[in-house]
Amino acid sequence: MAVTDTGRMDVGAKRPSRLFKNMTAKIAAIPMIATALVVFIGCTAWTIYHSFTRSRLLPAPDKWTGLQNYDRLWSENRWLVSIENLAIFGSCSLVLSLVIGFILAALLDRKIRFENTIRTIILYPFALSFVVTGLVWQWLLNPDLGLQNVVRSWGWETFTFDPLNNADIVIYGILIAGIWQGSGFVMVLMLAGMRGIDEDVWKASRVEGIPTWKTYIFIVIPMMRPVFVTALVIISAGIIKVYDLVVAQTSGGPGIASEVPAKYVIDKMFGSQNLGLGFAASTMMLLSVLVVLIPWAYLEFGGKKER
Amino acid sequence: MTDATVNALSGPKGPKPKKVFSSTNIIIYGTLFVVCMYYLLPLYVMIVTSLKGMPEIRLGNIFSPPVEVTYEPWVKAWAEACTGINCDGLSRGFWNSVWILIPSVFLSIAIASVNGYALANWKFKGSEVFFTILIFGAFIPYQVMIYPIVILLRESGDGITAFIRIFNSDADNFRLMGSLWGLVIVHTIFGMPILTLLFRNYFTSVPEELFKAARVDGAGFWGIYFRIMLPMSLPIFVVAMILQVTGIWNDFLFGVIYTKPDTYPMTVQLNNIVNSVQGIKEYNVNMAATLLTGLVPLVIYFASGKLFVRGIAAGAVKG
Repeated sequence: MAVTDTGRMDVGAKRPSRLFKNMTAKIAAIPMIATALVVFIGCTAWTIYHSFTRSRLLPAPDKWTGLQNYDRLWSENRWLVSIENLAIFGSCSLVLSLVIGFILAALLDRKIRFENTIRTIILYPFALSFVVTGLVWQWLLNPDLGLQNVVRSWGWETFTFDPLNNADIVIYGILIAGIWQGSGFVMVLMLAGMRGIDEDVWKASRVEGIPTWKTYIFIVIPMMRPVFVTALVIISAGIIKVYDLVVAQTSGGPGIASEVPAKYVIDKMFGSQNLGLGFAASTMMLLSVLVVLIPWAYLEFGGKKER
Repeated sequence: MTDATVNALSGPKGPKPKKVFSSTNIIIYGTLFVVCMYYLLPLYVMIVTSLKGMPEIRLGNIFSPPVEVTYEPWVKAWAEACTGINCDGLSRGFWNSVWILIPSVFLSIAIASVNGYALANWKFKGSEVFFTILIFGAFIPYQVMIYPIVILLRESGDGITAFIRIFNSDADNFRLMGSLWGLVIVHTIFGMPILTLLFRNYFTSVPEELFKAARVDGAGFWGIYFRIMLPMSLPIFVVAMILQVTGIWNDFLFGVIYTKPDTYPMTVQLNNIVNSVQGIKEYNVNMAATLLTGLVPLVIYFASGKLFVRGIAAGAVKG
């Protein structure tokens, strides 16, 4: 900034390099630049590269094996179970949390009393960690002392609800806990979206005599498309990361019945010392995120250009 | 419904007052009541279980309030519960979490706010590119980056050791991997996308005239940051703090990977206590421990009210 004083002298002298323009801001942004380049790009590229190598206990960058890790991955039963669980858990929790979140938001949007209290109650699980969530629901679903026992003690002797010890339905036991934890968040998103809708829309639909529920389905939902898309992206990004909930609630059991990909990766990398498989599995996770993310980014940024 | 009385006094004016006990209202409040019960049930069961003795738990039902209130499970969870060979309870994990939390929250917010400020007011060539990478990075599953970060932490720890040894040849090994500082760095890195977004959006909304006036008065990058931006944006700092405190306290994955058993954060230790295979299951101690771990974010949640909602909404609403 000393240039202004000596402006006239600069005519003949060399202009200050562009690199040094705005130097303090550049120095201050070094942590951000380093994170973006080294961690987000560098580490991701490192993992993808090493997924094609025969890394076992240690990374082996020079032992190139092509797609061998991926072959082994997709022929391993545990990975297939993980993928199946993720598919069930993911699609169910996506649909359920969107539906529940929307319905709750619509109920809270009806200008009711105690709105703040009710919202506080519905959202509080979201402040809790997945570990706490998993452990509470592990206790509630305890077959001998939990919900099942209570219903039986009310006289319904044959009542069976023991998802955590039944390999066929264990993933639904985790689903219940996941919905409990996360649906409040979706509700808050939806509620914010509904509040953004013009009051005139409601007046118009009332004048036309359209029932409230029809207004929600045919007018409000289409208007809230951006909120739904945002919720969809956030929920799916969260679903793929599901790890601590499973670890706390079932530790992947019974057997391998409730394994998920995120847990598979960690176990392969740090438990069974099979880095190559872990890298391949995490690259598959990245791929599945990209499947959601790229269309979203395309819509998002494509739309912005048009405006 | 107070409108109804006002209307009655001042004659028929305004919309027809609605009946309080209309069937719609009953359905709405009824549904919400049931929903609230469902959401409150686990918290209630946690509290009730943690106040019962084990014999009562084995006989009774999990919903019944304790006949004989005992605080022993809480004491045991805090000071005596065992993980492996350590039997000093959750208190160790609690203090580990506190020592992880304080520097992580401070460092991540300091760095992210400066990032946001540089992105909003001091754009340079390529700054938007880095920002885009950062936002996309938030969606990359952690599992993809976890292992290379282990190597990075180990190598930079060795590098720092070598550097210290230049001055003091018999200095101890400096470790980032497995130490609290390694975890602090990891939290700073992974908190960066969302926090940078938060601050960038906030600083963009600060009137530009203010910034220009300060520039004319000769304030530089840091001058404007500390004298104008920082004092003006205390609310957003509080929002960021709520976001980070709950996020870091609730973290499990990074704690498991980047620390050692004696530096495990509270969530990891809780999981080890409750899911340990040895010994008899003491459900009351387990629930007391679970509650203790959940207490910090719960207190923050209930105390901060709308700011918490703002914090999570900030994560959702993109700029």
